[in-house]
Amino acid sequence: MKIVVLLKPVPDTYGQRVLDLETGLADRAASETVIDEIGERALEAALRHAEQAGDVEVVVLSMAPADSQSALRKGLAMGAASAVHVADERLAGADYVRTAEVLAAALRKTGFDLVITGDASTDGTGGVMAAMLAELLDAPGITRLESLEITADAVRGTRATDGGSMVVQAALPAVVSVTEALPDPRFPALRGIMNAKKKPVEQLTLDDLPLDEVGAALDETASPRSIMLSVAERPPRSAGTIITDEGDAGERIAAFLAERRLA
Amino acid sequence: MNPILVLLPAAPAGGLIAGTAEAIGAAASIGTPIAVVTGPADALPELAEQAASFGAVRVHTAVVEGPELGAPAADAFEAAARLVQPELVLVPATVEGREAAGRLAARLRAPIAADIVGVTRDEQGVVVRHSVYGGAYDVESAATYGPLIATMRLGSIDDRAEAATPDVQPLEVTASGRRAATIERFEPVTQVSTRPDLRTAKRIVSGGRGLGSKEQFALIEQLADTLGAAVGASRAAVDAGYVDPSAQVGQTGTSVSPDLYLAVGISGAIQHRAGMQTAKTIVAIDRDASAPIFEIADLGVVGDLFTIVPQLTAALEARKG
Ligand SMILES: Cc1cc2nc3c(=O)[nH]c(=O)nc-3n(C[C@H](O)[C@H](O)[C@H](O)COP(=O)(O)OP(=O)(O)OC[C@H]3O[C@@H](n4cnc5c(N)ncnc54)[C@H](O)[C@@H]3O)c2cc1C
Ligand SMILES: Nc1ncnc2c1ncn2[C@@H]1O[C@H](COP(=O)(O)O)[C@@H](O)[C@H]1O
Repeated sequence: MKIVVLLKPVPDTYGQRVLDLETGLADRAASETVIDEIGERALEAALRHAEQAGDVEVVVLSMAPADSQSALRKGLAMGAASAVHVADERLAGADYVRTAEVLAAALRKTGFDLVITGDASTDGTGGVMAAMLAELLDAPGITRLESLEITADAVRGTRATDGGSMVVQAALPAVVSVTEALPDPRFPALRGIMNAKKKPVEQLTLDDLPLDEVGAALDETASPRSIMLSVAERPPRSAGTIITDEGDAGERIAAFLAERRLA
Repeated sequence: MNPILVLLPAAPAGGLIAGTAEAIGAAASIGTPIAVVTGPADALPELAEQAASFGAVRVHTAVVEGPELGAPAADAFEAAARLVQPELVLVPATVEGREAAGRLAARLRAPIAADIVGVTRDEQGVVVRHSVYGGAYDVESAATYGPLIATMRLGSIDDRAEAATPDVQPLEVTASGRRAATIERFEPVTQVSTRPDLRTAKRIVSGGRGLGSKEQFALIEQLADTLGAAVGASRAAVDAGYVDPSAQVGQTGTSVSPDLYLAVGISGAIQHRAGMQTAKTIVAIDRDASAPIFEIADLGVVGDLFTIVPQLTAALEARKG
């Protein structure tokens, strides 16, 4: 069985994330690029399954600028067997549809029984990729799994949705996304980091992808479907009054709220 | 007449999904709101009437029932989009809303604007607004060719439309027969009280790891109920099992902009602040004077939450008389 985990390199949320005020794109020089934590959780789930079931190959896949390799290596260091990296200058600023088409074409080329994505990325917060890929690949899709159980021919789990949770199952091949309710990702061990250097990273450009198989036209590459009109930085918030409790802080907060008509 | 199509997948627990009134209100502010409602046959008339009461001038309905997840509703939304030829498709950014938006965008190969917080119109057409990197940037975008499909952050739009006379038109839908997952069962969350929805609440009381246990987290719930506020939480409080994951505020939880955000025993990690720093007034209680939450608080109180919170709740109760 082949499980492909989708890792998105994003600006580190622990740092100051900066948008280029000219282009509206992430200022990649301003902060470190890391793989999104939710992707690490997805990978953790795949690795745990691989450890207890035999004959499971775990592959990580990213569409990201050429210099994001070091972020991808973390996936290999955690234990993925190989990586696929789609990098192409024509993809700078690619929107959701283009990204989905490229990832779907890469998945067709790589082959898969199960695709696992994060439910939403920390930079785009779209939370739409898994549903788009299910459509483009004509595979059953389950978004927002809080638990997952993988068998030789199916995937099953609890899906957190509006107002409750569902138990859902799908025959493989399938596409699923997972939430933060899944276990924390492991830290790569030193041996994993050393081994990662020897693991294969397949570098692909648009020309290597069977885009026609997912209904994508090549000549659309250069035309973004949505454009940024303006970007403005909001002034940072400043601190107000700080008091230390002297036995009456509860009363004082109540008075503050009443004064501002918030209570 | 600038048709704006509002996608309304049925909420799994019944009724319309959250954010419906906002989405129709936003649509009415720039064009003619037309809704498409899916759900079980026996619920559709009622759902359609509700959509009209929120201001949808026309409501297309399609029966979607049975255990298949995602694809059948997408068939209906695709049929509606092809019929209505909208300039913009608006979808409340709930779980089912995002699923519907993603699937429709893939089918139409149409652009998505994710998590928008506003919509306007200029000479060129529809412009949508985003709040990026936890409210650090305001960004405006538009589509080069449409229709633009926008998911709308709940609680971000105040526009409401006037009720319309129901004009309900069943849709003709050809099943695509796409492969779909199967729903085995659905369990609604048991609503313990009439607390407001975190995503749209005007007041929020949030608790963090400082609460120490699920039992002690009840202090937050009591304070919230006294204020008529929603209950929020940090990820650490969710991870520790003090509260349901749906209460998480922050980068990977809900983004909120209430009139009042009261943070209790929350240090204010950058990922937490990303989800709440656009609140109008922030009050924080933490015993560590160097907690980063104090950098953005309008009123910061350094002290022990276990003495301050009960006193605050009692003082508020007393003021209510
Ligand atoms: C990718 C990513 C996404 C994340 N997304 C989110 C998110 O959406 N939301 C989120 O909240 N976090 C998120 N985090 C986690 C975040 O980094 C912090 O770990 C988390 O916010 C900490 O929660 P906390 O403030 O409750 O806990 P802590 O940081 O441990 O703070 C607890 C506070 O309670 C105070 N305290 C303890 N006892 C008392 C007492 N008796 N009286 C008064 N004060 C007391 C302490 O002084 C301390 O300041 C994310 C992290 C990552 C990497
Ligand atoms: N460029 C990308 N490369 C790899 N995976 C991606 C990419 N963009 C999105 N994803 C996957 O899709 C998930 C949801 O992303 P989004 O819909 O953008 O919030 C992420 O957690 C990733 O697993």
